[in-house]
Amino acid sequence: MATQVRQWRAGVAGAAVLGLALTACGGAKVGEDSAGSGGSGDSGKCGTFNLAVNPWVGYEANAAVVAYVAEHDLGCKVTKKDLKEEIAWQGFGTGEVDAVIENWGHDDLKKKYITDQKTAVEAGATGNKGLIGWYVPPWLAKEHPDITDWKNLDKYADKFKTSESGGKGQLLDGDPSFVTNDEALVKNLKLDFKVVYAGSETALIQAFRKAEKDKEWVIGYFYEPQWFMAEVPLVKVKLPEYKTGCDADAEKVACDYPVYELDKIVSTKFAKSDSPAYNLVKNFTWTNDDQNTVAKYIAVDKMAPEAAAKKWVEANRGKVDAWIK
Amino acid sequence: MTVAVEKPEQPQKPEPPLKTDAVPPAAASGARTRKVGRGTVVAAIVVVWLVLFALLRGRQTLTLAAADLTDLHRWINDLYDSIGANRNSNPLFLYFFNEIRLVIDTLVTFVQELISQPSAGRPLPQIGWLGVVGIVGYVSWAVGNWRVALLAVAGFTFFGLQGLWQESMDTLALTVSAVLVALLFAIPLGVWAGLSDRFNRIVTPFLDFMQTMPTFVYLAPLTLFFLIGGASATIATVVYASPPAIRITAHAIRSVPETTVEAADSLGATRRQALLKVLLPMSKRTVVMGVNQSIMAALAMVTIAALIDAPGLGKTVMQALESLDVGTAFNAGLAIVVMAIVLDRVTTAASARQETTRHASGRFATWRRPLLAAGGAVAAVLVYMSHTYVWAAEFPGEGGAGSSIVKAADTTTTWVQDSLSGLTNAFRDAITNGLLNPFQSLLTDSPWWLVAAVLIALGVVLGGWRAGAVAAVCVGLLVGTGLWSDAMTTLASTLVATVLVMVLGMAFGVWMGRSPLVDRVLRPTLDAAQVMPPFVYLVPFLALFGATRFTAIVAAIVYAAPVAIKIIADGVRAVPEATVEAATSAGCNTWQIITKVQLPMSRSALTLATNQGLIYVLSMVVVGGLVGAGALGYDVVAGFSQGQLYGKGLAAGFAIVLLGVMFDRITQAAARRVSA
Repeated sequence: MATQVRQWRAGVAGAAVLGLALTACGGAKVGEDSAGSGGSGDSGKCGTFNLAVNPWVGYEANAAVVAYVAEHDLGCKVTKKDLKEEIAWQGFGTGEVDAVIENWGHDDLKKKYITDQKTAVEAGATGNKGLIGWYVPPWLAKEHPDITDWKNLDKYADKFKTSESGGKGQLLDGDPSFVTNDEALVKNLKLDFKVVYAGSETALIQAFRKAEKDKEWVIGYFYEPQWFMAEVPLVKVKLPEYKTGCDADAEKVACDYPVYELDKIVSTKFAKSDSPAYNLVKNFTWTNDDQNTVAKYIAVDKMAPEAAAKKWVEANRGKVDAWIK
Repeated sequence: MTVAVEKPEQPQKPEPPLKTDAVPPAAASGARTRKVGRGTVVAAIVVVWLVLFALLRGRQTLTLAAADLTDLHRWINDLYDSIGANRNSNPLFLYFFNEIRLVIDTLVTFVQELISQPSAGRPLPQIGWLGVVGIVGYVSWAVGNWRVALLAVAGFTFFGLQGLWQESMDTLALTVSAVLVALLFAIPLGVWAGLSDRFNRIVTPFLDFMQTMPTFVYLAPLTLFFLIGGASATIATVVYASPPAIRITAHAIRSVPETTVEAADSLGATRRQALLKVLLPMSKRTVVMGVNQSIMAALAMVTIAALIDAPGLGKTVMQALESLDVGTAFNAGLAIVVMAIVLDRVTTAASARQETTRHASGRFATWRRPLLAAGGAVAAVLVYMSHTYVWAAEFPGEGGAGSSIVKAADTTTTWVQDSLSGLTNAFRDAITNGLLNPFQSLLTDSPWWLVAAVLIALGVVLGGWRAGAVAAVCVGLLVGTGLWSDAMTTLASTLVATVLVMVLGMAFGVWMGRSPLVDRVLRPTLDAAQVMPPFVYLVPFLALFGATRFTAIVAAIVYAAPVAIKIIADGVRAVPEATVEAATSAGCNTWQIITKVQLPMSRSALTLATNQGLIYVLSMVVVGGLVGAGALGYDVVAGFSQGQLYGKGLAAGFAIVLLGVMFDRITQAAARRVSA
């Protein structure tokens, strides 16, 4: 017992000496200079701003710029939440999300949360135009210019055959986040194609990237604005023109997708608050080119979203000032 | 899905798979005569099937287009909507779910402020990197040994060098909280299931359900019930991480020798005393393995939980993938792998220690206590310093190692994609046209009642009447989900993947089982393949194989083959040395020894490997849906993404569970017959 106590003491003493030695060569202390830099943290009446970030780069670009302006010009505390669309909308009701800053149509969600549950309201367009449709890689459009009209697709159906398409041409579909009419379109336009579900945006981009590089035959569902268009400028295939109501019956659709006016949605509570962040969200508009620039900073130049936003805001002070006046 | 069994004679090398762990079985003795008979019956069933398929092809196939819904799907949608609409007025939410959320949220926030997130009034967390490394090293040494302590210190320092310190700590915080909560429920439930056969029977289907139901299906409801954030992410992880702990604890209690319990009884111990003084102490080692499995399962959820805003490494992976940045995703994936390996080795060492301490004595034991105290003091000093000084709180440097890893991974993927894609296409087409397409059309183009009858008949022949009855129930419910055709498509890919898994499993398993050196080299690679988030390697796979069912199969193989390989290797190693020597002296060559002695004698290991291989392949169905597998996997993903498909996604998730339960019961019953 006695030896044990002695060893104990030796151990503690040793540790203490070690501790003192290490402390002596210390250095700057945590929180010492926080008073100086915390000057701008005077958040005033803005408080916390919960911004949903849906998982695509274009959205990320919008969110980065809005968050940057809200933080630096309005002194808000911005909490970004990485969420899929469905869950972000659900968050309006539970009070966990204040704003969705790029919404693609989603009439079903609008009905559910704006009309029925009344937990969300619209906050105007972002100024971006969203296109959805069928695209081919640029080499294909160049070598076979007539392929960009749907009427000629059947002529080439053979070339689009893959191991998945069961003897027909393959129409690569399916980022699961977006509504697609493609099965109905193929049927109603009587095309010799089969819809194959790639299942993710990653899969679609990878397919187009490879198709352009190795000159492969690929036709698939895609959309813009999208950062990938800067890398491989895909060419849109013309479908029968969209007229209002031609897509009313999902079974009988035989026309192109409408042009989406991308818009912003906020929670009812946020809209009623007098937060300056709400005014920012409401006034925020920019062009497809603006978004593509920031998206390119993030996706191609691999800048952090904050850094990308800073670069754009500094170059476009005039536009930003119009949002916050 | 199987009940986990530990192998007492080899405490150093327990199985570290994610879901459940292995049942290294006792050597089997064959029942030759019956098996031949069974083989003939199976062949007859297949022949009848083929004939009827040729006659009835394309009739009554129960197909459902991707956008179509059944009444069941619509009903689930309505139910879900009405829950969402009434959330804020429902007393169940106000007084039950919200309270749970509050408790768990407090726990998570507390742990986060301790190690990962800035806390009140401080720009940095309470404990900096030096303190965390100190604590981890000390605890690893105290519960394990100095070797794992060294590994732990190296591993945790590596996170800092990668430039991912804060992300790693967020992941660690979430994992620790989830495992704590999981164990809080799992150990008592496991003990109960170990003591009571009845409770065990009731709880098993629930555990199966929790483990095979794709997480995508319950992520959205969880955020509805428990709101977005740490609490929901933790609960999602708990759902997935507690079943292994419950199963293993129950098993541990059950495997305490009957005689010991009887001895305690005869000495007049009460039930409580028997539990606390006999059963629990004697099963401690295996229970620690349950903790291990729970941790591994929790880490498997890291990337998926990122979809509901769980902070940490998963977010880095997901964000990198938005711009197909494989290098960055790989770097974060590597951090998850390192964390998994460190935690696995530490808990394994802790479990081994439970065994040795009871027998340990002598000089070391007397020294241990003061050494522990001294180590504790050093750790405390490190914590204090990391609390106080910036250099010890914030990991210094820019994460240079991280950017080299990113670059190396990018270069490697580009090289692989550019130089191998011709080869891989030929291989893909061969497998798809030669094996997958014919098999899939056999399953999907046959009338549903024919396939149903075949499945039930195979269940009866291979697994007995009870397995047949389970198959009948599962088939009936599958038809009820309205997704019969999709389920058959998924089944075809699943079975092809399982066949390939078994081919790999036999080749590498035998190799590893015969050579300890190979084992030592391969094992870390297998561990890494199991814990690396699949999202990381999907991008290069897509480049190699395109968005096809085959890509999904390859992804499933990467995840499932390691389990099969490990089980088979253990089985081969368990063949008595004497038998192999006898065969050698009888003049058998190596090939003959493998095919005539080692493989037949590890037959029950092979059956078990098939069982686990299939279950693991099934758990990748949803990931397969992201890369072109279509069918059930895509249904689940689309249901997660689009409100009007939610009900269908849920039904698809349920269909995956049914497939899993059906094959688990059939293969398990078959395994029991083989080893009986």
